[in-house]
Amino acid sequence: MDRTVKVISKNFKKYNVESIDEYIKLGGFSALKKAFDLGPKGIINELKISDLKGRGGAAFPTGKKWEQATKVPGDRKIIICNADEGEPATFKDRYLLEYDPFKVIEGMTIAGITFNANEGFIYIREEYKYLHDKFKKAIQLTKENNYLGQNILNTGFNFDITVFSGAGAYVCGESTALIESIEGKSGRPRLKLARTSEKGLYDLPTLANNIETLAAVATILEIGGEEYAKYGTKNSKGTKLISLCGNINKPGAYEVPFGITLKEIIYDIGGGVKNGNALKFLQLGGASGPIVPASMIDLKYCYNELNANGINIGSGAILVADETNKVVDFLKSVQDFFLHESCGKCTPCREGNRQITKIINRFVNDEASIEDLKTIEKFANVMKYASFCGLGKTAPTALLSAIKHFPIEFYQHIKTVRKTS
Amino acid sequence: MEKNIGNKNLIKDIDSILEKYDFDNHNLLPILQETQSLIPNHYIPEEVAKYIALKLNTPTSKVYDVISFFSSLSDKPKGLHVIQLCKSAVCRLNKYQTVRDILERELGIKMGEISDDGLFSLEYTACFGACDISPAFRIDNRVYGNLTEDKIIEIINNYRRFNHG
Ligand SMILES: Cc1cc2nc3c(=O)[nH]c(=O)nc-3n(C[C@H](O)[C@H](O)[C@H](O)COP(=O)(O)O)c2cc1C
Ligand code: SF4
Ligand code: FES
Repeated sequence: MDRTVKVISKNFKKYNVESIDEYIKLGGFSALKKAFDLGPKGIINELKISDLKGRGGAAFPTGKKWEQATKVPGDRKIIICNADEGEPATFKDRYLLEYDPFKVIEGMTIAGITFNANEGFIYIREEYKYLHDKFKKAIQLTKENNYLGQNILNTGFNFDITVFSGAGAYVCGESTALIESIEGKSGRPRLKLARTSEKGLYDLPTLANNIETLAAVATILEIGGEEYAKYGTKNSKGTKLISLCGNINKPGAYEVPFGITLKEIIYDIGGGVKNGNALKFLQLGGASGPIVPASMIDLKYCYNELNANGINIGSGAILVADETNKVVDFLKSVQDFFLHESCGKCTPCREGNRQITKIINRFVNDEASIEDLKTIEKFANVMKYASFCGLGKTAPTALLSAIKHFPIEFYQHIKTVRKTS
Repeated sequence: MEKNIGNKNLIKDIDSILEKYDFDNHNLLPILQETQSLIPNHYIPEEVAKYIALKLNTPTSKVYDVISFFSSLSDKPKGLHVIQLCKSAVCRLNKYQTVRDILERELGIKMGEISDDGLFSLEYTACFGACDISPAFRIDNRVYGNLTEDKIIEIINNYRRFNHG
């Protein structure tokens, strides 16, 4: 039985992205037309009914975010679509860029109508360079057909979109760092004295959303908030794009309704663990997410049940690791990533990552001591609470969850155990 | 300053990039990215960085702050083609080490080095979102995944053939 659903992803591989006519035939731009009829209040109302939460990781309710944003005054406002997708093990945003660019454009324009903004930026990671021109082409076609640009569909509303290329820095996925880099600076997070919706790009009111959130907005207006809310569970309504990968038979981006179990995702959708090996653990939400031992795969994939177990959906990545992997080796790849990506602005993250990397290397090389285990746990907690931005706060998540669920694996690599009695 | 860059065509091309971006230092990132893409060895030479700083009326240190911050910009020359091998979590689970060994053997260099003929540099990179076809590497802007020994050798040979006519 196919456990995936096709709601946000219904157009994937169904049309040639160089043909806007094919997109229109699939119902494309009907959401945009509805958005003009509904107006900002009506759009926000549909989003509230749908219960959509931001898909960029923080899961803040989109209807509420947009409602607060519309209260910000200003003649010149900005929409940002975050397609930086830097979280390791995550690639579902790439599928949106690759297989349904028009829907992203539609979602951004709807955000423009709601926020009364006339300028949009889509920040696409440099690593997806081969998709930049394709996306520019889609923008061009949309303009030629009057769904974008000046006086859209004779409504008097103007909206244009600029493609901005990232340059290879994970931290730039964080909204304020992203804005810094568009402004020509190195992408270090800003001290947020005001909300981005009040003072964002060039200090203008800016509404920034993840690309999947914006595609979901277009979908919700197309089918109606109520219809979208029929998917999922009572407390986690709707669907989610996931990036399923690792030691799995059928890696790929899939759309699932909230409430499906992790087990169903791995075995029914992913075809099970590769080479017939046993499952050891998952990592949810990318490098910044926790490790989930195989014993927990009966959990439902939804905000409530996962949060209750200290797990976040995050980016929607689901990494599958089999029994042949050592936990400390895996942690090394996570740690190397954060060491490389820390922007160096604050001490807990800059130094914490450096020290934790050194200690993890000792575990990998069977040279750790019992003190090392205590020390990394202490450093990890300092980073979690004292780092300036989300990168440093979440960098030790995998480590802390591994210590909790796989303590023995750490002891196995300890060479010197001093007697404490 | 212009004399130092030597290549007149390059200066002309950089000028037109600067013009396109209104000589506005807020556009420093795309200016640097587009400039680097003009230079065969994937880097921004010192003279070029200084030239851009001068034209944008911005301190050279600010230009270098941006170049050194972003991993797609470089201040040192690389090979004609840059092979970037992912060593993040998924590619580790899918044994990027095997791919590395084949690459090092085929190219006769170690990670971080440039091949003697100047054709390839070999470096590690973080996840570039090709985890569904892991293990994967990028050569310049192209992504290659589901790498096997035969496939890697074929890819490398194709680049060699293309460059040696
Ligand atoms: C280090 C770091 C990296 C992030 N990377 C991304 C990213 O690649 N894409 C994204 O949409 N959000 C990313 N975010 C979250 C954004 O800051 C922001 O919360 C999100 O884009 C808001 O959109 P949403 O309300 O639609 O979820 C990142 C946050 C942090 C702290
Ligand atoms: S937590 Fe890390 S990435 Fe964030 S500001 Fe501090 S050093 Fe930079
Ligand atoms: S982990 Fe290697 S491409 Fe994502």
